[in-house]
Amino acid sequence: MAILVIAEHDNQTLKPATRNAVTAATKLGSDITVLVAGEGCQAVADAAAKIAGVTKVLLAEAPELAHSLPENLAPLIAELGGSHEYLMATATSMGKSVMPRVAALLDVQQVSEIMSVEGPDTFTRPIYAGNAIATVQTSDAVKVLTVRGTAFDAAPAEGGSASVEKIASKGDAGLSKFIGQELSKSERPELTSARRVISGGRGMQNGENFKLLEAVADKIGAAIGASRAAVDAGFVPNDYQVGQTGKIVAPDLYIAVGISGAIQHLAGMKDSKVIVAINKDSEAPIFSVADYGLVGDLFKVMPELAEELSK
Amino acid sequence: MRVLVPVKRVIDYNVKVRVKPDGTGVDLANVKMSMNPFDEIAVEEAVRLKEAGKVEEVIAASIGPAQAQETIRTALAIGADRGILVTQEGAEPLAVAKILKALAEKEGVELVILGKQAIDDDSNQTGQMLAALLGWGQATFASKVELGDGKVTVTREVDGGLETDELKLPAIVTTDLRLNEPRYASLPNIMKAKKKQLDTVTAADLGVDAAPRLKTLKVVEPPKRGAGVKVATVQELVDKLKNEAKVI
Ligand SMILES: Cc1cc2nc3c(=O)[nH]c(=O)nc-3n(C[C@H](O)[C@H](O)[C@H](O)COP(=O)(O)OP(=O)(O)OC[C@H]3O[C@@H](n4cnc5c(N)ncnc54)[C@H](O)[C@@H]3O)c2cc1C
Ligand SMILES: Nc1ncnc2c1ncn2[C@@H]1O[C@H](COP(=O)(O)O)[C@@H](O)[C@H]1O
Repeated sequence: MAILVIAEHDNQTLKPATRNAVTAATKLGSDITVLVAGEGCQAVADAAAKIAGVTKVLLAEAPELAHSLPENLAPLIAELGGSHEYLMATATSMGKSVMPRVAALLDVQQVSEIMSVEGPDTFTRPIYAGNAIATVQTSDAVKVLTVRGTAFDAAPAEGGSASVEKIASKGDAGLSKFIGQELSKSERPELTSARRVISGGRGMQNGENFKLLEAVADKIGAAIGASRAAVDAGFVPNDYQVGQTGKIVAPDLYIAVGISGAIQHLAGMKDSKVIVAINKDSEAPIFSVADYGLVGDLFKVMPELAEELSK
Repeated sequence: MRVLVPVKRVIDYNVKVRVKPDGTGVDLANVKMSMNPFDEIAVEEAVRLKEAGKVEEVIAASIGPAQAQETIRTALAIGADRGILVTQEGAEPLAVAKILKALAEKEGVELVILGKQAIDDDSNQTGQMLAALLGWGQATFASKVELGDGKVTVTREVDGGLETDELKLPAIVTTDLRLNEPRYASLPNIMKAKKKQLDTVTAADLGVDAAPRLKTLKVVEPPKRGAGVKVATVQELVDKLKNEAKVI
């Protein structure tokens, strides 16, 4: 049962999300190949070869693969569907864009965001913003899956010694062009893999006030997140959004500040190990999922918290 | 240019979903249903393109039960020109994409704007699948769409921030939350929508086999979190995090 995992990377470094998909793959079999498609990404392939459990790395390098454009990447993955029973990627923005395109090329109904493997063709996945968990069985010969990163621990980055084999690109489909990107720069841990996250909502009032969260984040090495309302209001960039339609996080510690706790927000963080809610409204729904709730004005509480943590 | 906007009838986003005790699904009886929020954004975007004179006609299509007509009427009230209902219940994203492919070809559309994700199945697949079936370019998670001559430039919300891609037309775009803020349909427009053309076809009419590939074995509630405690002071909070939860 050959399994192909699509690597997530920026041509220089392999993203940890790849290792979550590898762990999911180990639940299905032991013949695990990682596909690294990009341009000038030998270092990524070398890193993929070291992941524990990976038996082979396929490296496809071409200018048209540099930015993971689905139009160019999907045909390559679909072709590998001829020799692999499982095609999988973590449900990142790349995985979400590319895998359904692969599935349709193969006439396969993808299973999105699997949370567990129940059998060779049976998986659980969240529906209705995670308010229900469905067990689904697929009848397709090739299984195209995306993996919910928070549901599978990352496979160890070291321990493997897979061979790296070069394969050819399928060429430029000529349908799309990468124009540019504006990436948020941050010295902080990446949101989806951080062990601690502190998120702000509409209660923060403006972007400037996120400094109050940063002061605490600095003390505990946390990533910063936000509710949709905070992003819509322009307090912070879009990639901070946690929730059903944003990022899914499950850190050891999640601190929600000035966030009411709408179901769409809870969908993205309720699997965190410990949840802290700081809100001035004692009736806010966020308290129903919080292990520790503090009712109070965040503008008073947050400076105190930063202070207390320095002690 | 003609634009197709697929709109799905889903449980309203404000409704608290209840899982049926027999584990066969969620309870949809007497529950408020609405247009998928991302599809409202898609309709709004298409209508704005029409108002800007870049698009001649906006067609709204829904695949679902007879009641999905209401969803189409909502799209017509926002400003879509006509609607197509494909009566087929429970179609999975691949089947929906096949149906939409048939519609896109029949209607000669050059742009399809879909939602990025239906908030019931949370699949996030249909647009990408449709793009594959048609052999068109795709831009998912759009926060800005600029229609040019024979091309569309789309700014996309990706994990690291924003990415801009250019697609050759015809093309597929899927919407993200920040693309626009959909208008409220005015009463006169709701009245006008009732008179707009709405055709009904079946998947079989379009030559599509919509048989499901997935079997849902069971549906359960997610594990409940245990009740937490309220702390009175910041000192108490920090003490609990350090000594009880041991997370800092
Ligand atoms: C299709 C769709 C998708 C969505 N996806 C997401 C998603 O992925 N993620 C997401 O987060 N939301 C999402 N939403 C939005 C969601 O429904 C809520 O609107 C949103 O989460 C509310 O954000 P909020 O809690 O910051 O704001 P509000 O609900 O306005 O809450 C603000 C909170 O701050 C508190 N507060 C105010 N001032 C203070 C103060 N001084 N001190 C302490 N507390 C204070 C208030 O008591 C209140 O509880 C989605 C909605 C739709 C329709
Ligand atoms: N039954 C349907 N009828 C109309 N449009 C649909 C249907 N299912 C999915 N779509 C479209 O595809 C998008 C993504 O849905 P999904 O892939 O199911 O998450 C939705 O936002 C709609 O625009």
